[in-house]
Amino acid sequence: MADALLQTERLTRRFGGVTAADAVALTVAPKEVHAIIGPNGAGKTTLIGLLSGEIVPQEGSIRFDDTEIADLPVHRRSQLGLARSFQITSLFRDFTVLDNVALAVQAHRGHSFRFWRDARHEQALRAPALSALERVGLHDRAATRVDRLSHGEQRQLEIAMALASGPRLLLLDEPMAGMGPDESARMVHLLRTLKGSVTILLIEHDMEAVFALADRLSVLVYGRIIASGAPEAIRSDPAVRQAYLGEKDGGARGRQDG
Amino acid sequence: MSVSLDPPLATVRQSAVTARTVFTAGLVVVLALVPVYALATGETFGVALFTRTVILAIGAVSLNLIMGYGGMVSFGHAAYLGIGGYAVGILAKEGIGSGFVQWPAAVAASALYALVVGALSLRTRGVYFIMITLAFAQMIYYVAIGLDRYGGDDGLTIYKRSDFAGLIDLNNKIVFYYLCFAILLASIFVIARQVNSRFGLALRGTRSNERRMRAIGFPTFRYKLVAFVISGALCGLAGALLANHTSFISPAIMHWTRSGDLIVMVVLGGLGSLFGPVIGAVIFLLLQEGLSRVTEYPDLILGPILLLVAIYVHGGIGGLLEGRRRG
Amino acid sequence: MLYFLEQCLNGIQLGMLLFLLAAGLTLVFGIMDLVNLAHGSLYMLGAYFAATFATLTGSFTLALILAVAASLIAGMVLEVIAIRPLYGRDHLDQVLGTFGLILLFNELVRLVWGPEGRTLSLPPQMLTAVQILPGVHYPIYRLMIILATLAVAGFLYALVMRTRLGMLVRAGASNREMVGALGINIKLLYTLVFGLGAALAGFAGVMQAPILTVQIGMGENILILAFVVIIIGGIGSIRGAFVAAIIVGLIDTIGRSFLPDVLHLVLSNNAAQTLGPSLSSMSIYMLMAAILVFRPEGLFPAASR
Repeated sequence: MADALLQTERLTRRFGGVTAADAVALTVAPKEVHAIIGPNGAGKTTLIGLLSGEIVPQEGSIRFDDTEIADLPVHRRSQLGLARSFQITSLFRDFTVLDNVALAVQAHRGHSFRFWRDARHEQALRAPALSALERVGLHDRAATRVDRLSHGEQRQLEIAMALASGPRLLLLDEPMAGMGPDESARMVHLLRTLKGSVTILLIEHDMEAVFALADRLSVLVYGRIIASGAPEAIRSDPAVRQAYLGEKDGGARGRQDG
Repeated sequence: MSVSLDPPLATVRQSAVTARTVFTAGLVVVLALVPVYALATGETFGVALFTRTVILAIGAVSLNLIMGYGGMVSFGHAAYLGIGGYAVGILAKEGIGSGFVQWPAAVAASALYALVVGALSLRTRGVYFIMITLAFAQMIYYVAIGLDRYGGDDGLTIYKRSDFAGLIDLNNKIVFYYLCFAILLASIFVIARQVNSRFGLALRGTRSNERRMRAIGFPTFRYKLVAFVISGALCGLAGALLANHTSFISPAIMHWTRSGDLIVMVVLGGLGSLFGPVIGAVIFLLLQEGLSRVTEYPDLILGPILLLVAIYVHGGIGGLLEGRRRG
Repeated sequence: MLYFLEQCLNGIQLGMLLFLLAAGLTLVFGIMDLVNLAHGSLYMLGAYFAATFATLTGSFTLALILAVAASLIAGMVLEVIAIRPLYGRDHLDQVLGTFGLILLFNELVRLVWGPEGRTLSLPPQMLTAVQILPGVHYPIYRLMIILATLAVAGFLYALVMRTRLGMLVRAGASNREMVGALGINIKLLYTLVFGLGAALAGFAGVMQAPILTVQIGMGENILILAFVVIIIGGIGSIRGAFVAAIIVGLIDTIGRSFLPDVLHLVLSNNAAQTLGPSLSSMSIYMLMAAILVFRPEGLFPAASR
């Protein structure tokens, strides 16, 4: 794809004898919602680590909008416009919701070698933070400490923090993790509102959400992308059914007829 | 629905009147009145003891910046007391008695050492970091022992206090005490501004969740390093004050157990609070002083007290005053 | 040249002592996730115990055995009383708590044995030099330290790699809950491991007593060296501790012996005189700094948990 926003080639990472990422070739088009699915142990955590910068690849390249980022540290990738949310909630627990998001804004508003002025009253930080909170529906919880939020609210906050920096690519690691049906539906709705304004690479287990949101899917099995394309094409791809969906349904035939 | 743009702060509370604030205010008043009491009763020993306490409190305040707010447990902070002190001592011995040269030199030398140690140590964290800062402090301790020209193991006597060309006479114990006290208050004030500034928030965010900080785009290393340097520099100033106070400097001030003392002061007073280190310093030094009057073996009591504090008290004694909250 | 060889052997001998300490520290840290600053105190106790037992029994060998046993017991008692509450706690709490223990032990020793320090004498034949290579003589006792420690290292290796206990130890290091769930008495395991560490430290304390020192505060100085060894070798790795200990021992000893002369060649007499002793004591810290720059995880980092 000529104008892909994110493109990986031959991305490989081994841990001892295990090849967690096996020549991964992934392409994400601008403004699309691209979902990565795959059975447990497929290497999704490693892939996220490689894309976000926490894990260094042994082979391959990652191009983000024409810039090679495979050797860039985590914070530099964020500065380039790649924001991520965490599967296991990772927030600033002793700060308030607004503080959390304001920090995310602060990281992208110049340097932080300011030692005197109270940053808690800095409009340039608070205002964008509040609007990110409004976007995810958390603005009435702005003054609450994070450790008092419900699980679902914390997941929303994860998204708000990723949005606060005005990113070009959102890397969402199982945003629905640990959510009940109501909360999941709310999250899907939220992500739908984001669709089209920002590119999203979504790692998810929740198939309903995936098929509701994704423009394209890639299937990751044993560290390899075995199929990539539109949801319906993936759904009926025999290799995919065998490796993943097939295991759950106990028979490709039955599914197709039903 | 409108939301106030300055929500209550999760930490660093400055306006709520609690048992803790009353205690702290009272402590500050007591400290301010120590010389007055001494003058009134003619008992000047208290001034010496409290001068030392205030000076070490400055050291504890500097350590609290990186420990309490930055989450970096440095077990080598006494090194800066030594570097600051030796800067004064060495310059004095070489004939440079002016405080205008000695004190900036003390601060600069400490800052430089902190820069080097920090640049190397901050690549690690947790236990590694503790051990490495300890090792670097031990290194400078041995360097000082090897400096025969400046007394080596026996230490160096400083015959004249820093000279400030008549602006202020450090030989006057009362004046000196108030100078140290003023520096303590000024340091706390500066740090109070810092902790809510962009820099301070970045530092505290790093303490809270460094992985997250990096993910949102902060180059955390440089902020930690700058905090480390500021902390070292301030502690170096305390070292210069200490050298003046005792008119003497020796490697013993840099022994790693002195670094341990500083950590104890910070923890006793409650991590990450502005006046906590002062409370901790006062308690620790009074405890040491009191116990050594009562028994020939004070550490037999002090040791277990520290162990018990570590086991049972979260958030230090300051936390006790505020009602237990996990620091 | 002969002098150089002798210094090398001294370096190896120092390395052996450091290994004993580092192994105990790294075991306890690797398995129980506990920073134990009071490890040096157990080393000190070993030396003091030996001094007393030697006076009582008149035999160095007997004193050695009794002192190591006493260290083992002291370690286990300490673990039950003071260390257990620290498991799972923030490392800072552990640092604070074990720092308190250091103060306590130093004062206890002062109370029981007095401030003066002790001596531990060897039967004279142990100090005679023995020819190990043509023209190279080295005191028997120092050789014994090297050999004894090698034996202990071998024993440790066999213990950790080949026995059920060792398997539990390794399993505990990588997955505590699992080992507990399997019905193994984790508490007992921890007490034994801590006791083992204490015995190693005590053994080192006894072995060095005749040639180095028996005095209050001796534990702290060598403890920091042990930390340096662990940093260079990699936390959690006994093999790393072994290699690093030898390197550190060699560099420290050779640095102290030869660096002043080297400096005299390069610097002015005055400067060399002033800086010599300081710089030579810095050599291992320089090495540590270099490791931090080029390989911060250590030479043999243990498998990541």
